[in-house]
Amino acid sequence: MALLEVRDLRVVFQRKGEVPFTAVDGVDFDVEPGQTVGLVGESGCGKSVTAMSIMGLLPKRGNKVTGSAKFEDTELLTLSDRQMRDRRGRDLAMVFQDPLSSLNPVIPIGLQVTEVLERHRDMSRRKAMVEAADLLDRVGIPDPRRRLDEYPHQLSGGMRQRALIAIALACQPRLLIADEPTTALDVTIQAQILALLAELVRDSGTALIMITHDLGVVAGLCDEVNVLYGGRVVERGGRHDLFQVPRHPYTYGLLQSIPRLDAPKGERLSPIRGSVQDNIPWTSGCAFAPRCPNATDTCVEVTPEMVPDGAGSVRGERLLRCHNPVAQEVPA
Amino acid sequence: MTAPATEPAAPAAHPLIEADDIKVHFPIKRGIVLDRTVGHVYAVDGVDLVVNRGETYGLVGESGCGKSTLGRAMLKLTEPTSGRVLFDGVDLSAMKGEKLRTMRRRMQMVFQDPMSSLDPRQSVESLLVEGMRAHNLDKGKESTGKRLRELLSAVGLPSTALRKYPHEFSGGQRQRIGIARALTVEPDLIVADEPVSALDVSVQAQVINLLEDLQDEFGLTYLVIAHDLAVVRHISDRVGVMYLGGLVEEATSDDLYAEPLHPYTRALLSAVPVPDPVVEDRRERILLAGDLPSPARPPTGCRFHTRCPWKQAEKCDTERPALREITPGHRVACHWAEDIRDGKIRAHEVKPELVEMEWDAPDDASLAGPASVTETLGP
Ligand SMILES: Nc1ncnc2c1ncn2[C@@H]1O[C@H](COP(=O)(O)OP(=O)(O)OP(=O)(O)O)[C@@H](O)[C@H]1O
Ligand SMILES: Nc1ncnc2c1ncn2[C@@H]1O[C@H](COP(=O)(O)OP(=O)(O)OP(=O)(O)O)[C@@H](O)[C@H]1O
Ligand code: SF4
Ligand SMILES: [Mg+2]
Ligand SMILES: [Mg+2]
Repeated sequence: MALLEVRDLRVVFQRKGEVPFTAVDGVDFDVEPGQTVGLVGESGCGKSVTAMSIMGLLPKRGNKVTGSAKFEDTELLTLSDRQMRDRRGRDLAMVFQDPLSSLNPVIPIGLQVTEVLERHRDMSRRKAMVEAADLLDRVGIPDPRRRLDEYPHQLSGGMRQRALIAIALACQPRLLIADEPTTALDVTIQAQILALLAELVRDSGTALIMITHDLGVVAGLCDEVNVLYGGRVVERGGRHDLFQVPRHPYTYGLLQSIPRLDAPKGERLSPIRGSVQDNIPWTSGCAFAPRCPNATDTCVEVTPEMVPDGAGSVRGERLLRCHNPVAQEVPA
Repeated sequence: MTAPATEPAAPAAHPLIEADDIKVHFPIKRGIVLDRTVGHVYAVDGVDLVVNRGETYGLVGESGCGKSTLGRAMLKLTEPTSGRVLFDGVDLSAMKGEKLRTMRRRMQMVFQDPMSSLDPRQSVESLLVEGMRAHNLDKGKESTGKRLRELLSAVGLPSTALRKYPHEFSGGQRQRIGIARALTVEPDLIVADEPVSALDVSVQAQVINLLEDLQDEFGLTYLVIAHDLAVVRHISDRVGVMYLGGLVEEATSDDLYAEPLHPYTRALLSAVPVPDPVVEDRRERILLAGDLPSPARPPTGCRFHTRCPWKQAEKCDTERPALREITPGHRVACHWAEDIRDGKIRAHEVKPELVEMEWDAPDDASLAGPASVTETLGP
């Protein structure tokens, strides 16, 4: 059974006197226990809002969340605030792009870790302190005992992100959601943090939802990948299948537009035309149609459904939302 | 110039802009009236660099290593603490007033965030005409109108864009406006500071292709500053890698990526994720220990020695290595580059050093944070 099962998740933002805006438009995906699942897509496609709605972290007013997000047998979307807060410490945890905004500036790092341990793992302060130093050590913070007394602003960006990961993992959650955890960091620090995350989830059996716009990060880390476009998942597959045989024209287009470090130099990039501002609503067809080189009349008249894709399923099941997928030689 | 008959004619390199031992040190001030200098940020600390006419020179390095400061100093937008900049053979250091202003027309800058560099209250037309006026290139309504339409079409925007305002455009379109604006004064050199890093990848590719096309069309020279190594590799003829205020390696883009010689460049290249699971699974990463040291207190000797997996007991922490040419066109600032390349020295483990952050205690106002972490996460 899936650890997390998200079905038809929809988030509509509406402010008084404004037109409602659908940020997440019927998202489905599963996370198996211990699995690392990627949510990838460009700015504004609904990655963060998806995560925040699952975690119950969206603002109280001005939005409507429908659909279902089941964690084991519990429906998360209908939990009370108290129940959700309790879950968040214990079963689910989240790491954000900007660690400074999720750490408390006036409380030493150590206390921020022990607080979680005392609250959710019923540890005494003394025991929690020992455990906290151990946690900081595990996430690679040098001289952890000394760091316990320091404040977030005394740590570098990379060290802060490590501290946040330590807090998130303090209660041995079964699901960790990381929303662009390395986007604000330099590439050498990013490599450190990604290696750390991979090692921690492997050792602890924690499932991980990795949210990123970087296809390179996904390629190295995720078992399963969901590509989002305009608030919907348009393609899902194992990372090897997805990168080797991209079937959705958007996925394919993204891979063609990225300059690659290992590609022969001098090749011209093939960008996707237009921008997300050209999207049409999913209700009247395929949102990507105005930018899609494969688009036909059907694409602007009939909304494509997410269906199993035989041709793209090389090593595992593959799902695709497209009337005219990219024809691909499927490697034997 | 005629090339010797025996060799294929390599285009002769004509320097357009040269930096000669450029230093930019920012004073760190303390005290109520902020007049006591307690130290310096060594943002750029002795850089020699030449950008040849018609080429694209890429400057890479991590946040805070001094890329933007170097770019600005080369255009004299920031006054260098010492060193000289020659533009087309003329020393800019001594140049002032009208002469400098005239010279400036030939060097333009394009920024990362087009929105913050474009005045939101000005229409595209007035944004574009502004520079032309300043340099007396606005020679009448008709010719200027024609020129603007030509420019817009060159950057891929319809002429109806002239009447619109920056907020009416997408990020990619705004970057096109920023580029068009730089082109209005017919520059020779464009310094582009992170020109595509704020853009979505699908749009990034459009702007990269545009920059390449414009270079061919107008014979431009580019100094491109970026932290994305794949982007820099793609558009640059030559690349310089910076670390803590200094150039540590410089080579043609092909050579640098085929055979990085400086330990830092090696680590940097190995850290970039590649969108290909097969490559990712095979790849060996050189994970650097610890953080970038503060540019206010750069390490002695080789600035990279605190994190270098090849650091030797001899020289590395005492002598600052000069940027020396190891093979033609390939310069490296490492005492042991040849031995490392030939496998005579092997990488070893490095213990991360603590890097103390340079912060004053924040004042009370900025401390008004949430009461606890779990509360921050609460609804
Ligand atoms: N509180 C809010 N009120 C109104 N609209 C919102 C709110 N939060 C997000 N949105 C909108 O919802 C859409 C999806 O936003 P989301 O933050 O999920 O994007 P994302 O995929 O995480 O993008 P990025 O890569 O930029 O982080 C965007 O168009 C955004 O402007
Ligand atoms: N006007 C200034 N006054 C004081 N310090 C400065 C100033 N401008 C830059 N610095 C410092 O100089 C160093 C180099 O900054 P610079 O902006 O050149 O780096 P960069 O390589 O462009 O980084 P990024 O990739 O983040 O843009 C940094 O430590 C920065 O804080
Ligand atoms: S000089 Fe020494 S410390 Fe610096 S890069 Fe070379 S080997 Fe490493
Ligand atoms: Mg987001
Ligand atoms: Mg910069």
